[in-house]
Amino acid sequence: MTVSSSATQADTGPAEICAEHLHKSFGGTVAVRDVSFQVARGEVIGFLGPNGAGKSTTLRMVTGVFPPTSGRASIAGHDVVREAILARRNLGYLPERTSLYSDMAVTDYLRFVADMKQIPAREVTKTVTWAMGATGIEHVSHRLVGNLSKGYRQRVGIAQAVLGDPSVLILDEPTSGLDPEQVSDIRALIRGLGDEKRTVVLSTHILPEVEMICSRVIILAGGRILAVDAPSQLERRLRPYKEFAARVVEASDVLLTSLRTVDHVAEVVVEAAPADEESGAEGTRILVRLEHGFDMRREIASKIVDGGAGLLELQPVVMTLEEIFLKLVGETHESQRS
Amino acid sequence: MRAVLTMAKREFFAYFGSPTAYVLLAVYLGLTGYFFYSDVAFFVTFGAQYLATGLWRYVFIDYRLVTLLVMPLVTMRLFAEERKLGTIELLWTLPVRDYQIILGKFLAAWAFFGVLVLLALIPFGVFYVFHPFDLGPPAAGLLGLVLLGTAFIACGLAASTLSENQVVSAMVTYGILVFFWFMTWNEAVGSEELIRVLTLLSLFDHYYSFASGKVQTVDVLYFVFFIFFFLYAALRSLQSRSWRGVV
Repeated sequence: MTVSSSATQADTGPAEICAEHLHKSFGGTVAVRDVSFQVARGEVIGFLGPNGAGKSTTLRMVTGVFPPTSGRASIAGHDVVREAILARRNLGYLPERTSLYSDMAVTDYLRFVADMKQIPAREVTKTVTWAMGATGIEHVSHRLVGNLSKGYRQRVGIAQAVLGDPSVLILDEPTSGLDPEQVSDIRALIRGLGDEKRTVVLSTHILPEVEMICSRVIILAGGRILAVDAPSQLERRLRPYKEFAARVVEASDVLLTSLRTVDHVAEVVVEAAPADEESGAEGTRILVRLEHGFDMRREIASKIVDGGAGLLELQPVVMTLEEIFLKLVGETHESQRS
Repeated sequence: MRAVLTMAKREFFAYFGSPTAYVLLAVYLGLTGYFFYSDVAFFVTFGAQYLATGLWRYVFIDYRLVTLLVMPLVTMRLFAEERKLGTIELLWTLPVRDYQIILGKFLAAWAFFGVLVLLALIPFGVFYVFHPFDLGPPAAGLLGLVLLGTAFIACGLAASTLSENQVVSAMVTYGILVFFWFMTWNEAVGSEELIRVLTLLSLFDHYYSFASGKVQTVDVLYFVFFIFFFLYAALRSLQSRSWRGVV
């Protein structure tokens, strides 16, 4: 499957993060091959992929942890290798293994990072206070990092990333290993950080997270980019039709034939497996597939009702990001095998 | 400069956040104090005449041994722990250069070594109160000890970048330093010329003249070269992440 990332780039402004043909190999092993993407200012983008897909390696090249074997990347217009210091001044990064100096108190740790980020000395106290406020950790400011719960340590990790108010935030698996309440807290926090001035890259393998927070996703597998797009656009590409599911009491052949006569209907199928018997759902599910850009629910409903088939429910079927993801990753495996 | 000092400050105080620092301090002071006492007893018992050759030389040669024992344990955590915790990755994305990180850690270890040496000078002060002596020869010895300790730190710092295991980094440091000590010991193995060349390279042969109260340019240059060599090795080792990966 070929992907053109330029065609799908958001047109909201200059690219804040730009990756061009990034390639990384360690010894003989290729970790990332030909990865290109752009993220516009103010965008919140999801970085998705199964474990070992090359997400962290790609992010490490973009953040300047190590240089790419070939290709180039820039942050806020500065090349991450040749203008490393300038690029990093615009960057806040939360590494995959949120690792903090556990022997330091929260404030001391944040002051340390602020000093290392070369934030002017007179602004250090202000920015540290602001970052602690933004992440809700003021009340633990004097505790040792090592004594905090995992959720709070994650907050400290995010607080250090936002110190100095960088224009680009890259968060590698910010919610992994947290309990559900902490996860929703951190998500709310990340959503609050994304605004028109700040670009956020969120790497994760938790799909609903991306759907909730991100406007676009980059899907990686096997070190390659599979897709860069908004989840809804991805769905359009993977499924050439729009789908509605109608649950009826009786799905007769007459009904199916009459449904096929509705304008723009491409296909009508009866769902093979009885949906879910345990839940007590009655009737049969019919999938009506329409050309994109048309909504014929009214016509479909009246055909069913007029035919006396007993309409129980009618709803659009959207592909979840999970389905999109599995389909894309599955296709890659297929193509690699063949 | 700010980044270097910030790094140094964090590392220096990190030493005192764990009991290790106090154990190392206690061992260093206990052993140097014992050696100082026994060297003075030896000097008095055998009625030697010159302090420089009869006492200070032995004191500094003994101090060297304690320094060799303790310093690899001071430097082993510098990068190994960062690697193990993963904190190194964050350092690499901050707007600082690798050499600034290295210099900061180097300064921190050096300051800790400074504390050790300052406290180990107390016996000299006590001795001076009872028996004022010419400060020249022990000052030369002290300069030698500081250069030697700094060389140990540079070597230990480089070894610490190699793995995330502190024991490995300490053992590699011991291995290198002891090799630089023993390499001139066996005249039977090499020709006379070879031994002469090896003596030029040997860490401790350059230290002995300091211990006896002599400061020679060649010895100072040797240590300076040794220190820069290992700091550069540390820098290259850190940069190897570009082909080795992060962990």
